[in-house]
Amino acid sequence: MDGFPILTTMMLVPLAGAILCLFTGGGAARGIALGATLATFALGVLLWANFDIGGAQWQFTERADLFAGFSYALGIDGIALLLIMLTVFLMPICILASWDAIQKRVGEYMAAFLFMEVLMIGTFAAQDIFLFYVFFEAGLIPMYLIIGVWGGDNRIYASYKFFLYTLLGSVLMLIAMFWMVAEAGTSDIPTLMQYPFEAGPQTWLWLAFFASFAVKIPMWPLHTWLPDAHVQAPTAGSVILAGVLLKLGGYGFLRFSLPMFPQASADFAWLVLALSMIAVVYTSLVALVQQDMKKLIAYSSVAHMAIVMVGLFAFNVQGLEGAMVLMLSHGLVSGALFLCVGVIYDRLHTREIARYGGLSVNMPYYAIFFLLFTMASIGLPGTSGFVGEFLALAGIYQLSTFAALVCTTGIILGAGYMLYLYRRVAFGAQTNEDAAAMPDISPREWTMMVPVAAAVLWMGVYPESFIAPMRADIAALDAQLAAAAPAGDADLAAGTPRSEIANAVVYEGEGDH
Amino acid sequence: MDFSRSFALVAPELLLTATGLLLLLVAAWGGDKQARPIAILAVTALFGAGFLLVPGLHSGVEGVDTFAFGGLMAIDSFALFAKALIYLAAIGALVVAPAFFNSDAAGAERGLRAEFSVLVVFAVLGMSIMVSASDLLTLYLGLELNSLAAYVLASILRQDQRSAEAGLKYFVLGALASGILLYGMSLLYGFTGTTDFDGLRVALSGELSTGQLFGLIFVLAGLAFKVAAVPFHMWTPDVYEGAPTPVTAFFATAPKVAAVALTARVVFEVFGGQVAAWQQIVMFTALASIVFGALGAIGQDNLKRLLAYSSINNIGFILLGLAVANAAGASAMLVYLFIYVAMSLGSFVALLMLRGDDGDLFETFADIRGLAVTQPAIAWSLLFLMFSLAGIPPLLGFYSKFVVFQATVEAGLVAFAAIAIAASVIGAFYYIKFVKVMFFDDPVGVVTGKSGAAHWTVLFVTVVIISPLGYLLTPSLTDLADKAAAALFVAV
Repeated sequence: MDGFPILTTMMLVPLAGAILCLFTGGGAARGIALGATLATFALGVLLWANFDIGGAQWQFTERADLFAGFSYALGIDGIALLLIMLTVFLMPICILASWDAIQKRVGEYMAAFLFMEVLMIGTFAAQDIFLFYVFFEAGLIPMYLIIGVWGGDNRIYASYKFFLYTLLGSVLMLIAMFWMVAEAGTSDIPTLMQYPFEAGPQTWLWLAFFASFAVKIPMWPLHTWLPDAHVQAPTAGSVILAGVLLKLGGYGFLRFSLPMFPQASADFAWLVLALSMIAVVYTSLVALVQQDMKKLIAYSSVAHMAIVMVGLFAFNVQGLEGAMVLMLSHGLVSGALFLCVGVIYDRLHTREIARYGGLSVNMPYYAIFFLLFTMASIGLPGTSGFVGEFLALAGIYQLSTFAALVCTTGIILGAGYMLYLYRRVAFGAQTNEDAAAMPDISPREWTMMVPVAAAVLWMGVYPESFIAPMRADIAALDAQLAAAAPAGDADLAAGTPRSEIANAVVYEGEGDH
Repeated sequence: MDFSRSFALVAPELLLTATGLLLLLVAAWGGDKQARPIAILAVTALFGAGFLLVPGLHSGVEGVDTFAFGGLMAIDSFALFAKALIYLAAIGALVVAPAFFNSDAAGAERGLRAEFSVLVVFAVLGMSIMVSASDLLTLYLGLELNSLAAYVLASILRQDQRSAEAGLKYFVLGALASGILLYGMSLLYGFTGTTDFDGLRVALSGELSTGQLFGLIFVLAGLAFKVAAVPFHMWTPDVYEGAPTPVTAFFATAPKVAAVALTARVVFEVFGGQVAAWQQIVMFTALASIVFGALGAIGQDNLKRLLAYSSINNIGFILLGLAVANAAGASAMLVYLFIYVAMSLGSFVALLMLRGDDGDLFETFADIRGLAVTQPAIAWSLLFLMFSLAGIPPLLGFYSKFVVFQATVEAGLVAFAAIAIAASVIGAFYYIKFVKVMFFDDPVGVVTGKSGAAHWTVLFVTVVIISPLGYLLTPSLTDLADKAAAALFVAV
């Protein structure tokens, strides 16, 4: 793998696909898009296979001085690797989800999605702070089009709101970036991560970055664009929005706010915790009363991302790892839930919960998948949600027991709204005739569901596969934060570990016979 | 005085003068039948004049060697950069004009008029003199040569009421601006005793007297009129809307470059010792232009008016680079100008290509509804242009804002940069409205988009420049702009 620019290739393949799709229409575009995303996924697998766990922090680095003012510098660590994997894994599924649902301007639609993939890979792989910004911000264009052209009835409002809200959040970050680069004399992200910014400027730099990432992730009270965008976007758009775009915010905190401004992060931890606690309780309660399935899942996303936020601002390894795993898990699970909604929306063309009911009778396989993802969203042990939520909450417990208490109610409320949703859609009497006549999932939908379900279970049963690549990076970040970390109130006393493993059969010898 | 050296320095201007006079004779005797050859010759002459600039642009020229005619003109890298941009913009505007005037859109006066190209050549000559002026008299000479040609160009469709009105408005307000400028220049001369830029700078060092301060303010106000910066912007929407679209494309590009370059030269070379005095004025006009340009455009339904407000908004960002008052800011301003020229030329050409089945140009948002279905190529080009104007990466319009804000922040003007960038979000609203109307709405009416090769070529070139591929241009563009900006600061 030495010298082969795999990250650039991973961006060029979908880009070429996007350009092809733009000039072909209809069926051909679907095939090209699926082929391009699958090829990119294969490259992603190759990337993971060649990633040297425990090796250098930044791998697959590429650098070219193509532009004035910033450079084309790519490279990934374990955190970026996993998020890139999430992106390339979800993309072919998104294309499949749009296979029949999108009938108008197919070429342009597929081009927008492939272009989106290029930008997301670029965002995670960028090693130059301005290159990061270019990719980060450019994602607005395809998403604006996806919501606006192929969205629901109220798509114009949602697309404007999405665009302007996120743009306003990001531009202040750009000003902060200029200041940092002028101060540090480089736009190289790894160097900037080590640069000791003074405490005074850190405060407002942190706030400028917070403005951008808090909108993106999104944090209460800046979350209001999300339900609109989710509800109006086509199914695949919602999957990408929930699966990857929200993670850009979390990635931003991990990559910029925490390592570059540790002092300010510690100073503002109370703000993040307070907003997250409100978010968990408030948005869960709002989710409980939703009549629209997509809106319900959108609000549950806000609640889950709030738990990600408390994990990030727990300033310890458990919290950070938990936040990462929860981000990956939420990417899969909420993506899968939107797919589940998409499956029945394609059949009945309504998202209203009351129009369904008793689907487990006529769509048993669908009901099984839906149940699995519902349970994963709640955080049932054995699914990916449990691992992430448990670690994040264990992390925050060490910093603030009160925050842990409030955030844990989110799991109970989460069980409430998700099970309530499931009961109304899948169980009960078949009150609507048209809903009762819907056929079970097609082979195409099986192909969408099975990989996600497998990944959810894999992450739930053996999370080590996903934690191993990022362990060293999280440890490095934790060491960087250690000096600034606020004192916790849990006063955990480390006990003496057992000398033998937990399930060892201790030989109670009675002497020789 | 070494005249042969001076003439060698102004070779592009000599070429344009000779061509202009010759073509005027051809037009006088040959009439409108010769309009097409005249246009072709004018474009060739502009190309030729552009080629003469290349050696100097490439190597970078500055200092005393560049003074021609005893210090009346300075043909330095800065002037060369501005001229190259002006010639390119004029060529772009000229090649799209014949198709417009030969179509039904020109109304009762169908047919390209012979004097159109001649007037453009003279306007360009005036601009060429403007940007290399290093004496107040040269400045005024160039400015008036450009303006007089421009007044006639605005009202070239004599029987079209809006065109005539635009020409009259432009003339009255332009004459007012010239008067203000002239008054400021006379004050400066009266209080310093010289019209030479270097002499003025020496005389203006130290404490400004009240008379000198008034001179400075009047000169800047007059120049603000010419660049259409707030609060002297009100003529722009009316003139842009009324003038024939190829003429508007010309007004929005070449004279803007000339006026901005002239302003830069005046503030750095004449008022170079009084940065504190002019910086606050320029900063105020910059921020006011950004905010009012963005707010004013929101309510517009006419596309040309909207682009007029967009140009006011863009001038604000360009002036922000100027207000930084150092070489980095001036270089950023020049990079912005280049990208701005490509974006506005592209947008106006795209508007020129949109015609209904009655032959009239599309003018309002209602006309371009659903363009993505009826005219996908033009719609996608406009999409790129609009996102680029809004400064959204990965289009090149982002880079123009990038360099300006970088220069602003590096100079420590963080608060101004924050205000300006927040206002750019307001501006994004109407740019994405373009996209919304073209892509989200259902199509109405028929577009008979039969456009000539000239239109397609200009549109294609500008779209390629502002596309992400344009970033590959940035190293050489930055290099040229840096050289040009450095030339401004040799004497300071």
